[in-house]
Amino acid sequence: MSISRRLFLASAALAAGLFGLAGASPATAQMKPVQGKIKVAAIYTVPVEQQWVSRIHKALNAAKDRGDIEYVFSENVTNTDYERVMREYAQKGNNLVVGEVFGVERAARKVAADFPNTAFLMGSSFGPAGKNFSVFDNWIQEASYLTGLVAGAMTKSNAIGMVGGYPIPEVNRLMHAFMDGAKETNPNVKFMVSFIGSWFDPPKAKEAAFAQIDRGADLLYAERFGVTDAAKERKKLAIGNVIDTQPQYPETMIVSALWHMEPTIDTALAKVKAGTFTAEDYGQYSQMKAGGASISSLAGFESKVPADVRAKVKQREQEIRDGLYRVNVNDSEPKSTM
Amino acid sequence: MEWLDVLLTASFWTDAVRIATPLLLGTLGELICERAGVLNLGIEGIMVIGALAGWIAVYFGADLWTGVLFAMLVGALFGLLHAVLTVPLGLSQHVTGIGITLLATSLSYYVYRMMFPTITEPPRIVPFVPLPVPFLSDLPIIGPGFFQQTPLTYAAFALVAVVAYVLYRTPVGLAVRMAGENPAAVEAQGIDVTKVRIGAVMCGSALMAMGGAFLTMSAFNAFYFNMINGRGWICIALVVFASWKPGKALVGALLFAAFDAYQIRLQQAVGGTVPYQLFLMLPYVLSILALIVMSRRAEVPRALMIPYRKGER
Repeated sequence: MSISRRLFLASAALAAGLFGLAGASPATAQMKPVQGKIKVAAIYTVPVEQQWVSRIHKALNAAKDRGDIEYVFSENVTNTDYERVMREYAQKGNNLVVGEVFGVERAARKVAADFPNTAFLMGSSFGPAGKNFSVFDNWIQEASYLTGLVAGAMTKSNAIGMVGGYPIPEVNRLMHAFMDGAKETNPNVKFMVSFIGSWFDPPKAKEAAFAQIDRGADLLYAERFGVTDAAKERKKLAIGNVIDTQPQYPETMIVSALWHMEPTIDTALAKVKAGTFTAEDYGQYSQMKAGGASISSLAGFESKVPADVRAKVKQREQEIRDGLYRVNVNDSEPKSTM
Repeated sequence: MEWLDVLLTASFWTDAVRIATPLLLGTLGELICERAGVLNLGIEGIMVIGALAGWIAVYFGADLWTGVLFAMLVGALFGLLHAVLTVPLGLSQHVTGIGITLLATSLSYYVYRMMFPTITEPPRIVPFVPLPVPFLSDLPIIGPGFFQQTPLTYAAFALVAVVAYVLYRTPVGLAVRMAGENPAAVEAQGIDVTKVRIGAVMCGSALMAMGGAFLTMSAFNAFYFNMINGRGWICIALVVFASWKPGKALVGALLFAAFDAYQIRLQQAVGGTVPYQLFLMLPYVLSILALIVMSRRAEVPRALMIPYRKGER
């Protein structure tokens, strides 16, 4: 009996949620322009050192250092607590609330509907909602593709290992773009894919990477912390993702696909300041064209990567910026090919 | 038959033994606590704070072994807290243990953030490096697996023998086991049950913290929040699997770790066709099956989770 009651309650909550979404377009006045510093609050579900979140944190800190904003943040907020923290920050009169709602998509949109005068800019797998709920994501597949071109040329065993946390779209599309790039410069390349079922377990990521090296991988796609360490210990190579760890691993890390959150944040801040913030998809500001993605320098590997591959990367980069080449977006779960 | 050949590779056993080390230390720690009659659900948190304490000591200039000792000391202090609440005060061991886990986990993170408020990249230390044992490490397959590990792994395996010896061959061990079976009999011998239990919980907690420290000082070189990732809870199950015996704890930890090392490889070998979640589940499913088989003959310490009040009948 209790199960059916729970089911009933759950479906009632679901219905209420949907209803709330549907009714989330109240005829509110447009947001007012902000005088002085913009008050920004950020809510992260992981510590600010985590690769993905560190990029948002960095862009907001840069805005703070410029004197544009007052910045407060909460890190390691669990999904069950996320809605409460959102409400608190909105109630405290912050102009812009930034965060990631991959685990609380519906609830977050409801909160935004309750605070029409607060701008919300959230990492999300879905689209914008209402009048004040905008979304962004790390659409850096173009840069990942370019690093793939390098990877294909640098593997000698034709086996590349990839260790991921969970196969969610944000992870999958970068892996696929990387694989496409590698196959373009090296049609014989094969991939091993492992997921460790955790965002934060570097020892486990390291074990998975060791296992891939044992099976013949000589180049690793480092989606998680711990993978590069395995590559370094076994004197193999690695390709980075989102952040640049070249300085820490000069002998291991060839190149990284970098994500820059600054264009997204700065665009949103300008709109909040002018009072023109609306519900939009900021995804485009994370792409290469807008300066939201780039490929790091080869640093010490400049002389080790073949010249024709370097030229190819340059050429493709230009074509992407000019809109002449489009990197395929594939959100499905990548599979091992060996 | 690639998926069977895996079992015969040296690297598989190296990984399995490495994965087993923190589990083994945690399981031994929990086993000592439970043998004295105290369930310690603070294990998860104590492993977290051990991971932080050892790592932070080394980061601020201590040498590696001092770091391990510091981690054990911090672990013992949290064990003391758990013991004071559950032994003389007789509070619920479940609730207190969960409370200790919450406290230790949050406190670790708080301290970490106080120490490093503005970092963008987790700071690193120089961890323990593998120390091959001469001759033995040249044995085929198991040589590298068991004798090319870091010193903390050797220490963990040695501790199995030490704990077994102390428990079964010394008066102290007898007192600990009796405190978990029949505390009144201990009292009748003129030994203070409270002291025995508090001491056992502190020692056990020190081992748990050492297990946590292995992750930040040997398996990896940096501290991450959440990096214990449920390993403490696995240890609780392993104690039951081991039916409260140190030797079987070693078997259990190795078995679980071997499943884990195996699933990582299997995932890559046949990952194209089978969902990866099934592989991640594998060590847990197989452990549950093993648990069912093993726990049928397990002898639970009879006074486990029963507070001892002097003179009460």
